[in-house]
Amino acid sequence: MTDGRGNGDAYLISLRDVHKEYRRDAFVVPVLAGIELDVAPGEFLALMGPSGSGKSTLLNLIGGIDHPTKGEIRVAGESLGTLSPSRLAAWRARHVGFIFQLYNLIPVLTAFRNVELPLLLTRLGAAERRKRVELALGLVGLEGREGHYPRQLSGGEEQRVAIARAVVADPTLLVADEPTGDLDSKNAEEILVLLQRLNQELKKTILMVTHDPHAAERAHKILYLDKGVLRS
Amino acid sequence: MKHLGYVLSHLWHSKRRTFLTVSSIAVALFLFCTLRTVMTSLDAGLRASDDTRLVVRHAASLVFPLPLAYRDRLAQVPGVVQVGYGNWFGGYYQEKKNQFTQFAVDAPTLFDLYPEIVLGPAEREVFLRERTACIAGQALVDKYGWRMGDVIPITGTIYPGEWPLTLRGIYRASTPDANEDAIFFHWELVNEAMPEGRKNLVGIYWLKVSSPSDAPRVSAAVDAIYENSPQPTKTETEKAFQAGFIQMIGNVSFLLSILGSAIIFAILLVTVNTMMMAARERTTEIAVLKTLGFSDGLVLRLVATEAMLLSIAGGVIGCGLAFGIFRKVNFTAGGMFPNFRVLPETVGLGLLLALMMGLLSGLAPAIGAARLPIASSLRKVA
Ligand SMILES: Nc1ncnc2c1ncn2[C@@H]1O[C@H](COP(=O)(O)OP(=O)(O)O)[C@@H](O)[C@H]1O
Ligand SMILES: [Mg+2]
Repeated sequence: MTDGRGNGDAYLISLRDVHKEYRRDAFVVPVLAGIELDVAPGEFLALMGPSGSGKSTLLNLIGGIDHPTKGEIRVAGESLGTLSPSRLAAWRARHVGFIFQLYNLIPVLTAFRNVELPLLLTRLGAAERRKRVELALGLVGLEGREGHYPRQLSGGEEQRVAIARAVVADPTLLVADEPTGDLDSKNAEEILVLLQRLNQELKKTILMVTHDPHAAERAHKILYLDKGVLRS
Repeated sequence: MKHLGYVLSHLWHSKRRTFLTVSSIAVALFLFCTLRTVMTSLDAGLRASDDTRLVVRHAASLVFPLPLAYRDRLAQVPGVVQVGYGNWFGGYYQEKKNQFTQFAVDAPTLFDLYPEIVLGPAEREVFLRERTACIAGQALVDKYGWRMGDVIPITGTIYPGEWPLTLRGIYRASTPDANEDAIFFHWELVNEAMPEGRKNLVGIYWLKVSSPSDAPRVSAAVDAIYENSPQPTKTETEKAFQAGFIQMIGNVSFLLSILGSAIIFAILLVTVNTMMMAARERTTEIAVLKTLGFSDGLVLRLVATEAMLLSIAGGVIGCGLAFGIFRKVNFTAGGMFPNFRVLPETVGLGLLLALMMGLLSGLAPAIGAARLPIASSLRKVA
């Protein structure tokens, strides 16, 4: 349908009256209750809030891996609710890079092949894929570690491989769910610097959930999620 | 194709699982090929038998011989056009394990009774003339590397001693169902060497009748003649004779097939379970792939491909081994299955079965993976 990068939307992300509730047995657990949010391209946003407040839920909705109970979510020019599962998958491949707290690398694949995964969904040939993977690994400071398996890397290195994987296909948006949550302060610092560079130099829009006020300070803006609504 | 690397990485990284799964599927298919070959070789024996040939034997058992004197009387029974006879020799060549069919036969009538045995006229003539000559089937000759004129020493068990036979003819079978792994030589040779009490005894008579419809009448007539003699006979068509023999084995192989099917089914269940466990261990990983934009369909294919590769590998190994081994060792189960050959169609069916096992074992985990909801699968277990 639309390309999403230059179609005239002022915002990269727009949420209108987004609700999400979970059913647990007979109970309905309301998590998000009428979220309104606009994010301009190139922003670096931190999302904070108490544990269980729905930060991950919100991030997942924006990243197109979960569906709201009610409301509209437009990201990169698409209204996510209107996309079929396969189109949504293709949309994710094109527009979103995910970074998780626990890295979520595939243990049986080397760093190179982990980073290559998103490129397997493109038409790129093997040589071009190799070039881009090496570029991405270089960007996160892991050149020469292509052949290492996740278990041969430290936590900080694993997270950097995960970041390389998130950016290798050049997505519009990076969503990071507590990317430093499992790292010591030194490694956390390196990851944050890296995210900041991705935002400044490569103009990636970043949405980062964090518990750490220091981490949040790197962002342009901090939003707080509490009792199902956002405030700044 | 570029996704194959991912699948292979998984197989490579769980070497033990891969090895065990492939092995058990290989065992299942080896078993399948073997059991089916038992059936097909029995069938071939039946097809090769001729409705116009009757077999006359001692009514009590094949191990009791009949007098040679019966020959002339049998020839007079209306409907009989030819009478031949022979003794099962039951020896071996060089070593006990080299067993194959050896028949001491009334050579002059052999080719009339068994037109399936194809031999050139010159070779036939030399064979008939020479007392110690023998003819052997092409397959047997190939197996032991004999040449025309070779002296083949056969060690007797029923007829003790060393029997040097000269190879004077190599016969071919006129139909693929008939076999080429027997030796025929002169009944006279054996008979002459026997002590007084064992002379002039015949293991079985073969009667040629003019048409299959004569068979019941001739059988009844023959058995009636000797009904009250010290050596009563049992006469039946070669097909019935074979079938009786086969029924005995057939009951066993029916039992084996049931056991075999049960084993194959059990292995299938184990494989399904293994694949499901493998997929379940990978719940997070599959959710991650989907997050990266792998579609449900692609994830389904990846998981299914893994199961298929395991099954196909197992199938190729199992069927290949069955095909190769029985050919190499020329397995006959001590002569019970003279033509024990794993047919190409058996291999084909085996591979198809492997493919189906792959599909079945991959189906549930593949569908599970395709349906896996992303967000909740990524949540750390709360
Ligand atoms: N799949 C789910 N089923 C039921 N409840 C869920 C599910 N996912 C999240 N929740 C609940 O929703 C609430 C918000 O969860 P989450 O978004 O993970 O919070 P946060 O990331 O802010 O800690 C929590 O109470 C959690 O238990
Ligand atoms: Mg969370």
